[in-house]
Amino acid sequence: MTDLGWIDNALTAARPQAVAALLRYFRDLDRAEEAYQEACLRALKSWVKNGPPRDPVAWLVLVGRNAALDDIRKKARDTALPEEDIVSDLDDAETPLAERLDGAHYRDDVLRLLFICCHPSLAVAQQIALALRVVSGVPLARIARAFLVSDSAMEQRITRAKAAIAKADVPFEPPGPAERAERVAAVAAMLYLVFNEGYSGAADPDRAPLSLEAIRLARLLLRLFQQEPEVMGLLALMLLQQARAAARFDSNKEAVLLEDQERGLWNGEMISEGLALIDKAMRHNRPGVYQIQAAIAATHARAATFEDTDWAQIDHLYSVLEGMQPSPVITLNRAVAVGKLKGAQAALDMIEPLEDRLSGYFHYFGARGTFLMQLGRDAEARIAFDRAIALANSVQEAAQIRQHLDRLQRQAFLTSGAS
Amino acid sequence: MLYTLICYNKEEVVWSWSREEDEAVMARLGKVHERLTREGKLGPSLRLLPTTAATTLRENLVMDGPFAETKEQLLGFYLIEVADLEAALDVARQLQEVNPTSTYEVRPVALFVPDERKDRATLSHTVKAY
Repeated sequence: MTDLGWIDNALTAARPQAVAALLRYFRDLDRAEEAYQEACLRALKSWVKNGPPRDPVAWLVLVGRNAALDDIRKKARDTALPEEDIVSDLDDAETPLAERLDGAHYRDDVLRLLFICCHPSLAVAQQIALALRVVSGVPLARIARAFLVSDSAMEQRITRAKAAIAKADVPFEPPGPAERAERVAAVAAMLYLVFNEGYSGAADPDRAPLSLEAIRLARLLLRLFQQEPEVMGLLALMLLQQARAAARFDSNKEAVLLEDQERGLWNGEMISEGLALIDKAMRHNRPGVYQIQAAIAATHARAATFEDTDWAQIDHLYSVLEGMQPSPVITLNRAVAVGKLKGAQAALDMIEPLEDRLSGYFHYFGARGTFLMQLGRDAEARIAFDRAIALANSVQEAAQIRQHLDRLQRQAFLTSGAS
Repeated sequence: MLYTLICYNKEEVVWSWSREEDEAVMARLGKVHERLTREGKLGPSLRLLPTTAATTLRENLVMDGPFAETKEQLLGFYLIEVADLEAALDVARQLQEVNPTSTYEVRPVALFVPDERKDRATLSHTVKAY
């Protein structure tokens, strides 16, 4: 790199660990962020002159901590109030930095920072916004654009989230094993939400990068918890889904169904990494929902063509998933595999009992319409497709269904013309 | 002399590069690779996936992750054939010039077993062919 891009990259990569360590010192999210900002400003000056430090995270934590302490002392003098209690572990902060910044500390620091963002008192939209802002350092304006709200509305959302956390009394002691496992699970769920924001909004250039950011954070989580099969599964699932990004939309930005995707456009590097991770995860014999979903995605990734898909394996994996996490949506997905294995009637029989619970669900009527169409029950198929369009969440979804309706109409026209 | 040029960098940084940045670095490296190939110096080269995808077998125990937790990780390597250490360092300099944040260890090769399989093309496509 000939420009100064390397500094930006180093700062981006160091941010989660540095902010997390500063949060442990100051026990205050705003203060930790300010300290990190100050350290970044100083890094821009110092690193240009002296080159990058050997350990950028340690540099940023040390410089950020000292700058914030100076600031606190200055303010304390100005207001003539003793504010020692603000810096709750001042003594603690004096112990040798190198020792404190070693692996285990970082691990719980970063986990705590991520965990704070998925605090149960926060709404899902707040969790995602907070993680992107605080952990990833995505500029406020970009987060606002991704969520289609004004900058000031997003700022308010994040400020409220921080206020809720400040009240929530987050424990700063290192967590025990059971608590740590709970935190990892909560963080994994939050990261998957971030991923889905980007994945489901992939046609929108403001939202698409969120899925890559989620992948980056999942890699970070896995680096901290190298032996957690569900974290492997989560990252594998994200990679295997993201690998299809270039094939998911055509030149008109219309969604392309899995069966019509040009597999040569799938990202081979992401697939390799995803397959390696799911292989690693399975060795642990501790299956979980991310691993099973990743295994399903892996089965698709391993098929050279749609016709080569191992539907029996997919049916089996969905049945395992149903057992772990009973949900009509999972059964609906399983029905697609069953349709391939046993025909549309079997699939239809499987999903009909779900209608009450999925009566507001676009994909239910899309699938129902497709099965009915395959059975030649065109009039009923049309009714199902009409309901799907009414429930579509996006223009792309509606357009997909309209293609089916057009096909039915053409068929009806041809049949009536022939008779 | 056969040397390996072993590339180290902070993988959390390299794997945070945007696609554009990554492609720009690879394009610049590509030009150096072409030149080295023309000069008859460049053998096979590899870029590795992150260490989170690694598995380590040690004393008959399978462990997740890389052999060692280090600040910088082994990201890939080249095999080159040059006259001497100076020439090897010269190649390393050319690579570092276009990829300045990476460190290159120059290490002579003790034994080289060439790829004897007939369907080598399959291997070179394994990663990209899905």
